[in-house]
Amino acid sequence: MSTSASLTRAIALVDGNNFYVSCERVFNPGLEKSPLVILSNNDGCIVSRSQEARDLGIPMGLPFFKAKQLIQSHGLKWLSSNYTLYGDMSARMMNTLAQFSPDQEIYSIDECFLDLTGITSDSQLISYGLTIKERVQRDLGLPTCVGIGPSKTLAKLANHIAKKNKQFGGAFAWAALSQQEQIEWLKKVNVAEVWGVGRRLLEQLNTIGIKTVYDLQQANTDLIRRRFSIVLARTVAELNGVACLEMVDIKEPINKQQIISSKSFGEPIQALPLLREAVASYVCRAAEKLREQASVCHNVTVFVRTNPFAKHQPQYHNQISIPLSIGTADSRRLIHAACYGLERIYRSNYVYKKAGIILSDLHDAYHHQGDLFTKIDEEKSQQVMRTIDNLNLRYGANTLTLASTGIVVGNPHSWRMRANQKSQCFTTRWDEIALAKAC
Amino acid sequence: MFNRFFPILTMKTSTLLQFLPVSPTSTPFLAPLLTCSIPAGFPSPASDYMDERLDLSEYLGLHAEATFFLRVQGDSMQGAGIFDGDLLVVDRTVQAKSNHVVIAVIDGEFTVKRLQRRGGRTWLKAENPAYPSIELHEGQALEIWGVVSHVVHKP
Repeated sequence: MSTSASLTRAIALVDGNNFYVSCERVFNPGLEKSPLVILSNNDGCIVSRSQEARDLGIPMGLPFFKAKQLIQSHGLKWLSSNYTLYGDMSARMMNTLAQFSPDQEIYSIDECFLDLTGITSDSQLISYGLTIKERVQRDLGLPTCVGIGPSKTLAKLANHIAKKNKQFGGAFAWAALSQQEQIEWLKKVNVAEVWGVGRRLLEQLNTIGIKTVYDLQQANTDLIRRRFSIVLARTVAELNGVACLEMVDIKEPINKQQIISSKSFGEPIQALPLLREAVASYVCRAAEKLREQASVCHNVTVFVRTNPFAKHQPQYHNQISIPLSIGTADSRRLIHAACYGLERIYRSNYVYKKAGIILSDLHDAYHHQGDLFTKIDEEKSQQVMRTIDNLNLRYGANTLTLASTGIVVGNPHSWRMRANQKSQCFTTRWDEIALAKAC
Repeated sequence: MFNRFFPILTMKTSTLLQFLPVSPTSTPFLAPLLTCSIPAGFPSPASDYMDERLDLSEYLGLHAEATFFLRVQGDSMQGAGIFDGDLLVVDRTVQAKSNHVVIAVIDGEFTVKRLQRRGGRTWLKAENPAYPSIELHEGQALEIWGVVSHVVHKP
């Protein structure tokens, strides 16, 4: 791993432990030590687990109702997700971490890369990593792990090892190990833990005998390139200490090829008008993203389904794609197409749990073709949409929406998100800050 | 499926355009505020003396990322000038020392007390004779969540 000719890079990956759970515990110390899970939007699935909850054998993504009996039997606690809180804590964490390196790449809400090349000597990397960790713990009360390696892929792997092996105290650096020790660790870790190796790729790798990270690191790059992809060949190089992924490589979000907006309903829906409202509001959200990336869409897909877990109820799921003769980013036209599709697949004798829409066949808004047979005032349409987007940007989401999405004020919207047990927005609302007892 | 040139939908979409009568003026109205540019003009006599406006956060020396606000509930800290309903500014970067007013975690709840350490003993002291001090026993862990750096009180 020291084959690189130039200065060996030192890249750290800092990752929050059980981030959502940890954010909640900062402001509610009573939740410390008990098994705690955070649920997805709508209280559907488990998206974050405390160590105690993991120890109960609760897997990530489990539908919550399957874990409900643990509330009684093992004192499992649960909360709805509070993204306002997590977002602010994330921003605080990222700003704090930015002080440790001039080059930071925020990778997700709870993890970022820091380029530490030249900042400290190899022998000091672990203590630097521990300093970072302690600083975030002290300032924010958030536990993290730090993994440091000569490439991003090795930094990710180092982070995984730091998380799973308590003896390192939360910081692991490849440079602190002898070559022999490095090899031992690479042999110990399953290749599934390598950044970018998903389930399908894992199966393929296993069939040719690649089971550990070491197996992949030793694999012939040419063979990997031919049998798999240039991307995986690059991963092999990264595992060998050659940094191929620059700090900016993954930074720029590439424009999406399709935009999906879908959610489970708070309460099941049977009536078409309510479904229409839900679908319209999903389209609105997706269309906003579409305009944000300056694309137009040529295809709208709508899907609905009943609750697959309600086995006693009749089951139905269906979807339909509506091609558009000319591309558009106009919410009104997209809603129209989506509702047209919805009416075609809607069956009145079912109770629906989920609906969603997919905008696909996306093209650059500035280079899309018109249509001979259609007359639409393109400029006017864009102005209306821009006005709506600007208003919503300035005055908050849903300040101005289309009537077809349902009127928000005074209407409880049975299909809207359920968040029965959400904590307060401790850091963003004056009337929701935590209490300090003086009694 | 629909043919791209078969205008079933296109008919529908075009009728939809009459659906919402939201129409911002298509040509912005530009008011001729100034018809010619004024060279230099009269510079503000104050421009050389401009200063940044006073900033309370700066004065308090708050560490933006590590500062949190909590609301006081109760009157046990009156003697320290901390009243029911006051706002506490808590700076987590500060290392808690004896005589600091701190947020301690007791029975899973935030409690505001004065930390006192003397001769190897530790107390969490209330600033109101009606409330007892809590002495920590040997081996009992003390969890300090943060140090209260300022109090915001409405007179």
